[in-house]
Amino acid sequence: MTYEGMLAETLVVRGHGGDEIEAYYARPLGAGPYPGVVVIHHMPGWDEWTREVARKFAQHGYAAIAPHLYSRSGPGSPDDVAARARAEGGVADDQVVGDVGGCARFLRAQPYANGKVGVIGFCSGGRQTYMVACRLPELNAAVDCWGGGVIVDDPAQLNDKRPVPVIDLTPSLGCPLMGLFGNDDTNPNVDQVNRTEEALKRHGKGYEFHRYDGAGHGFFAVDRAGYRPDQAVDGWSKVFAFYGKHLTGSAG
Amino acid sequence: MCSYITERAGMSGSAKGPRGWARIDQANVYYDHPYHAPLDHSLNIDFLGGQGEEQTRVAVEMSAESARALVKAILAALEQGDAAHPVEAGR
Repeated sequence: MTYEGMLAETLVVRGHGGDEIEAYYARPLGAGPYPGVVVIHHMPGWDEWTREVARKFAQHGYAAIAPHLYSRSGPGSPDDVAARARAEGGVADDQVVGDVGGCARFLRAQPYANGKVGVIGFCSGGRQTYMVACRLPELNAAVDCWGGGVIVDDPAQLNDKRPVPVIDLTPSLGCPLMGLFGNDDTNPNVDQVNRTEEALKRHGKGYEFHRYDGAGHGFFAVDRAGYRPDQAVDGWSKVFAFYGKHLTGSAG
Repeated sequence: MCSYITERAGMSGSAKGPRGWARIDQANVYYDHPYHAPLDHSLNIDFLGGQGEEQTRVAVEMSAESARALVKAILAALEQGDAAHPVEAGR
């Protein structure tokens, strides 16, 4: 029997502007080398499910860090802090870039790191994943899980914190991108996913999109009515195959 | 939804949270992903009072159907109250 173990803990990392932010970090116990993954939480916040995702990556041989993007709206329980962040209009894109960049630096600085770092995000974090993949050239792979708002059809969605439609950043996308989408989702809907794919093609970017019938938004979430086991199992296998190819150099 | 769209209502009242009763002065209302309720989307209300670290938050997350039923119940209760005695206004 091969020994397996992991360490999962909260810690503080330097994010945007050198600010100290909370993060949840899970890694295999071993010498490595391990690729890194930054896990971007969904809009409800830095919750239990986000931590489960980090541990899932550790289980599969990745060092995974989930920054608390609402840290600056604390202290408090993650749900109270998320409510406060929401009332403040959410977090600024520039700040997210700085926080994810800080996490990528943290991952690469570990002695067991293999030097490659991917990013994955869910819901609003899917949009943020697409954005940081366009703005942080040091990332090696990105997985956008049903990120709404990449395509901005209503200009009222743009503001000082989120001033640029993420789709407009596509020419700067610096790493392979994978997208997972449910065909019953309304945000992003099928047309928006189509237009995102067209932009990626037009700019000659490396990407793969997987679209699932019978699934809507957030179909990985086992404690929600929208959970779709077949699609979720397949989706996770696609994630690990993608990261296996781009972060470890071996598929699977 | 994945949006930050939030409706706000001024409040005058009290709510009971983990630290007991506290005054509340605002309700933030939004239809988005819940934190706790096992729903894809929920109607969420944050009853808030005070500022900063001392801020009180009493949160509820409910299905859209529940929220509509709640609205009806509130309006019905207010109508009954109006009939029985004038409802206090502007406080």
